[in-house]
Amino acid sequence: MVRKEMIAMLLAGGQGSRLGVLTSKMAKPAVAFGGKYRIIDFPLSSCINSGVDTVGVLTQYQPLRLNTHIGIGIPWDLDRNIGGVSVLPPYEKSENSEWYTGTANAIYQNIEYMESFNPEYVLILSGDHIYKMDYEVMLDFHKANKADVTIAVMPVPMEEASRFGIMIADENKRITDFEEKPAHPRSNLASMGIYIFTWKTLKAAFTALKDQPNLDFGKHVIPYCHEKGKLLYAYEFNGYWKDVGTLSSYWEANMELIDIVPEFNLYEEYWKIYTKSEIQPPQYFSKESKVDKSIIGEGSEIYGEVYNSVIGCGVTIGKGSVVRDSIIMNQTQIGEGCELYKAIVAEDTTIGNNVKLGVGEEAENDTAPHIYNHGLVTVGERSIIPDGVSVGKNSVVFGETTAADYPNGNLPSGKTLIKVGD
Amino acid sequence: MRAIGIILAGGSNHRMDVLSQKRAVCAMPIAGSYRSIDFTLSNMSNSHIQKVAVLTQYNAGSLNEHLNSSKWWDFGRKQGGLYVLTPAVTAENSNWYRGTADAIYQNLSFLKKSHEPYVVIANGDCVYKMDFNKVLEYHIDKKADITVVCSDIPEGSAIERYGTITMNEDNRIEEFEEKPLQAKSNIVSCGVYVIRRRQLIEMIEKSAQEDRYDFVRDILIRYKDIKRIYGYKTTEYWRNIAAVDDYFNTNMDFLKKEVRDYFFRSHPDIYSKVDDLPPAKYNPGADISNSLVSSGCIINGVIEDSVIFKKSYIGNNTTIKNSIILNDVYIADNVTIENCIIESHSTIKAGSYYKGDNGVKIVVERNERYTI
Repeated sequence: MVRKEMIAMLLAGGQGSRLGVLTSKMAKPAVAFGGKYRIIDFPLSSCINSGVDTVGVLTQYQPLRLNTHIGIGIPWDLDRNIGGVSVLPPYEKSENSEWYTGTANAIYQNIEYMESFNPEYVLILSGDHIYKMDYEVMLDFHKANKADVTIAVMPVPMEEASRFGIMIADENKRITDFEEKPAHPRSNLASMGIYIFTWKTLKAAFTALKDQPNLDFGKHVIPYCHEKGKLLYAYEFNGYWKDVGTLSSYWEANMELIDIVPEFNLYEEYWKIYTKSEIQPPQYFSKESKVDKSIIGEGSEIYGEVYNSVIGCGVTIGKGSVVRDSIIMNQTQIGEGCELYKAIVAEDTTIGNNVKLGVGEEAENDTAPHIYNHGLVTVGERSIIPDGVSVGKNSVVFGETTAADYPNGNLPSGKTLIKVGD
Repeated sequence: MRAIGIILAGGSNHRMDVLSQKRAVCAMPIAGSYRSIDFTLSNMSNSHIQKVAVLTQYNAGSLNEHLNSSKWWDFGRKQGGLYVLTPAVTAENSNWYRGTADAIYQNLSFLKKSHEPYVVIANGDCVYKMDFNKVLEYHIDKKADITVVCSDIPEGSAIERYGTITMNEDNRIEEFEEKPLQAKSNIVSCGVYVIRRRQLIEMIEKSAQEDRYDFVRDILIRYKDIKRIYGYKTTEYWRNIAAVDDYFNTNMDFLKKEVRDYFFRSHPDIYSKVDDLPPAKYNPGADISNSLVSSGCIINGVIEDSVIFKKSYIGNNTTIKNSIILNDVYIADNVTIENCIIESHSTIKAGSYYKGDNGVKIVVERNERYTI
């Protein structure tokens, strides 16, 4: 008989719209991070490193990149005879077919998947954060407290607490109350969106709440369990945990990796981060090249200069080009004589010769200032930027552009140039 | 593909000096991120050969570790797969492999149980790309009994460590000299052969009855006038790495763009075991020129005209010139290294100075290393 003590359900269906063009063709968990990784690699690696070998990945928004990345789970050793990784998209039922309408609704629709493993505990994860966490320690905490629900929390500065879901716990870490984005927070323990449920508790909650529209863990399931007098505990996590939900936080988290001793260390032997590596050759530096304070992925060829940057795999940076404070993702080709400042360039992009990105005066983005800000210039995947043009700050380019798209060879700061439809 | 593959990965080799003291030549690291046998394995995989045996006995530790999973070369199949065959004591036989032909003889059941009509035999110490389908087509076209892949001798390589071939105008092999002192030809055997499976079984059994154990001497040379043995000449990049200078030069060849483009950026790819290493990291003070650096490295120093393999640490104010740094080497601060090969897992103390004056110097340093 199949039996797994704890299985994980990883919510990977969200768009992450505040990442702008980076998520216009892929779900947020599939976005590249740290040179060679994708965001979902961090929770998946934590699963296998914690001994959780059964993971259901719930997909909905633009799943192609995630599907090809995960495959049968070989990079994470999640290709198993029993369990392993399963990609779970929404599916048609004989009556009332629906999309995943909320975090808990998505899990509820896969109740048969969970049931098939006879789990005692279910770990709920989201594919949105950069962190390393030993879920086994969290499970031990859950068991020691005989808890029904354990919520991972992170102490945040009090002044930022009003941006999070806040848990109020007693001295034994039992949760007595919670508030969603409170104006006057009573605690600084922010929910990380990581839950361990005792399976019976979760199933009972689903039975009671199944008709609730947009069933959500934070809004419905946790309050329901609390009302019913279930034991809710807060598991305090003090390691590195970074939300990469906005372009500026995404850029910052990448830049933190290049510190001499980074707070988030990728070089630890005992907690490796796994990813699908298609590109294996070493990276090449030419005679004229210069590099300082950067990380660079496999197979990249550097003929220009790279400073304070995160460069993916299979990237070419041409002679005389200067890349500063930028993120260049896999397989992007940059021509000769270019200058890139605070640029985020997504995968498979081709940039011509003598192109300037991120130059000129600051100006607010005119279509989506809440997305494109902090002086960053963002280029979507598979874009083409022709020779000799310059692009300003807080601007965005996506699609196959030609010289005609740049009046006077210039896209001023704050402009949006998107030539790709859905 | 109508062939199975056999990779002869067994022999010891004194030309590799201390580099092969602890590992088989086939497991030598190449081009920053690969091992020698990856090239032949990838060629077989890319030629759609589904069933491959690796015959190994000498210092097979590193090689076995490298081959611990067959999935990286796409051999994790229900049909076929990768077989690592080491000598075994049986009721009939308690010998090590006494030669290449004997290695095949001791595993004859592998050949007998297969049903593919042809066998591709290759060695694991060469750097090349080859579509074995083309060799097989040629073999059938020529109605050959054995086809031997051959190449002009790589520049700068010593002919006395190869088998040389003389062919007639139809490419039938007329002379085959093993490791000649004075060569009559500058065409050398690449150690890749195509032969019909039943023909191979017959020849190997006959040799074994006569206590002959070497494939080249006792089959190729002995049968060359009786059987139709043809040469298939390749003009593409091909190097044998089984001598220190050739090993060094082959690695340095990867600093040339055309060699990198050929192996790394054109179809088909060469595969290797995936190590899950983080991207290479360059701290202030790093200055790299005309060099290859592999993943997992942390670089603080100056590197010129060198190949740095995986997971190495290069300290502050350290200079590395014209050298090869193998896997997992720790080089402390203020070190100078020139014209050297630094053996894997070495730890070089701060302030050391190593220079190869007459040719390449091999450095093996086992010092204490601080690790977490």
